[in-house]
Amino acid sequence: MKISDKAEEILETLWIRTFEENDVFTGLDFLKATKEDAQIEELLKLGFITLSNNQVKLTETGKKEAENVLRRHRLAERLLVDVLDVKGKLIHDAACKFEHLLHRGIDENICILLGHPKFCPHGNPIPPGKCCLDDKESAIKVVSPLSDLNPGQRGKIAYIHTRDDKKLQKLMALGVLPGMSISLIQRFPSYVFQIGQTQIAVDKEIADDIHVLLTR
Amino acid sequence: MNLLKSEARKVRYDETIESPLEKIEALLKSDYLLSKRAIGLLLLQGDTEIQNLVKEREGENYKPIEEVAKEIQSRYRYPLNYVITKSRYEEADKITARVLTLPLEFKISFSERLSRIMMNPITGIPILFIILYFGLYQFVGVFGAQVLVNFFENVIFGEYINPFINNIVAKYIPYILIQGLFAGDYGIITLGVRYAVALILPIVSTFFIAFSIMEDTGYFPRLAMLIDRLFKSIGLSGRAVIPMVLGFGCDTMATMVTRVLETKREKVIATLLLALAIPCSAQLGVILAILSSNPKAFWIWAVVVILIFLAVGYLTSKIMPGEKPSFYMEIPPLRMPILSNVLTKTYTRVEWYFMEVFPLFILASILIWMGQITGLFNLIVKSLEPLVNSIGLPDKAALVFLFGFFRRDYGAAGLYDLQQTGILSGVQLAVSAVTLTLFVPCIAQFSMMVKERGIKTAIGIALFIFPFAFLIGFMLNIILTTIAVLT
Repeated sequence: MKISDKAEEILETLWIRTFEENDVFTGLDFLKATKEDAQIEELLKLGFITLSNNQVKLTETGKKEAENVLRRHRLAERLLVDVLDVKGKLIHDAACKFEHLLHRGIDENICILLGHPKFCPHGNPIPPGKCCLDDKESAIKVVSPLSDLNPGQRGKIAYIHTRDDKKLQKLMALGVLPGMSISLIQRFPSYVFQIGQTQIAVDKEIADDIHVLLTR
Repeated sequence: MNLLKSEARKVRYDETIESPLEKIEALLKSDYLLSKRAIGLLLLQGDTEIQNLVKEREGENYKPIEEVAKEIQSRYRYPLNYVITKSRYEEADKITARVLTLPLEFKISFSERLSRIMMNPITGIPILFIILYFGLYQFVGVFGAQVLVNFFENVIFGEYINPFINNIVAKYIPYILIQGLFAGDYGIITLGVRYAVALILPIVSTFFIAFSIMEDTGYFPRLAMLIDRLFKSIGLSGRAVIPMVLGFGCDTMATMVTRVLETKREKVIATLLLALAIPCSAQLGVILAILSSNPKAFWIWAVVVILIFLAVGYLTSKIMPGEKPSFYMEIPPLRMPILSNVLTKTYTRVEWYFMEVFPLFILASILIWMGQITGLFNLIVKSLEPLVNSIGLPDKAALVFLFGFFRRDYGAAGLYDLQQTGILSGVQLAVSAVTLTLFVPCIAQFSMMVKERGIKTAIGIALFIFPFAFLIGFMLNIILTTIAVLT
């Protein structure tokens, strides 16, 4: 089932409205659309949305589809930032085009490649896919949590994901920042890694938060 | 003019930061010691000190500034501090990249190889035991607590000072009552000074020498990373290993050092475990000396205390609410300790300890003396006797426990005297050593607990420890008597 790019954009907006801004209903004017627009008709026909009084609401199947679209968008952002080194405004614009290509398992492959990221570069959550729940691994991986590295493996820190400000401050103070070269020395009983001329030991929880762009 | 305001190399940030930064710069009206750009950056990073300063200086004007800062933060899910620091590191990399080349593969030096052997659990744990055996047991327990203590006790005090003082006092002070204050069984000099100088000083000095050497080599961070997983199960992070090891020197000092721990939960657990299950060096030295004649009793004591340490830590971490500790620590390179640094550190620590102990020892002697002439002392000892008897110890041990109130080591030292008379059986040795180890923290440690954790927590901990120590002693006595492993 292939739906149009424009319809996907609308699903994405609706999902954010529903789940991240807690507004179940969204006005057509907010979507800059009218009843007659092809994409609205398309979504109505597929049963993804319902329309009453110019207010749009996601249906249950619509929610699932929308979640997929959003997931693809945010995965695309991750890919662009972590691997292709895209910066600034370009991220969003490129991701908007990119997301439509990530169908039929491509999104899953990218998700595995990126080590099942949980948040987009802006810090918004990425809805987990089936591959994340199965914790699927593949031989090739590009971005991986530090905790999954083998001793001797090296790379650059892609991003540090933590919602705990204090933890982030501490890591920053130790010089653990995106872009720094990192290599893992030891995994057990604690993770020991080298950054520049410094060696640092951390526990598994922190090693899970540090995501590394692997180099070979 | 002001150096801070001179045009230095500027870090260009992301456009999303630069434009609001310019806005804030324009909005700032007052003059600050730092440039407006620096003030703006600190505001964006959420520096509370600067926020308050700007709020005070700008008055009404602060509101729009605050709004700009809030607006830009809302665009990033990550704290701006992170975004800004990241840009600075990138800039620093750009600068160094032009002048600095690093070899791709670092040559692994001897100290690095040694460091990895220490951090690998397969080799690191045996190394830990070797360090504990030679550093703590042989050096502190045998050399400090037995060789040196024997020399001071039996030769210096036994042969010279005590007879001399007893002589002088008997000669020049006609009153028996006053004589007892200075000489005899509980005199200031023959008991207070003797305990402090002959028994405690050698043990504490040897401990702090060993501790300073370990500290200066950089061994502690390696120990911390080895032990982090184990410590997590008792609610602590590997970082807590430093106060815990220090506790084997002086629990009072260690309680103060629990400040380095991050969460309140971790601090409370560490304080409790220090008070309960970590014997200080004086106590440890004396206990090792007493139990050295009975290896079985020593092992029973060691196993019981370690089990209690782990069990109480585990249960406390289950019961106590609060966030779980996280562990991160820089591992500095291994270094050869410098003798003069080790000696200076040892000297300042022993001095701190001695200033703390000495007056208390004197005070304890005076209190005991007063207690004796008023009969109050005997009354307390008598009332403690049933309690002591209930854990299978002779009447005389009541005195030891009373001493224990004044200082942990004071009590242990009393036990040493008791053991010298040879009236304790193996079971009694093990039971009294365990109970005394667990027993209340000394006055100094308790007052440090009050200072660091607050009166409520401190009293709560003491109220738990007191009955708990006797309960364990009671149970241990029954078990040991029943299975009769000791004679």
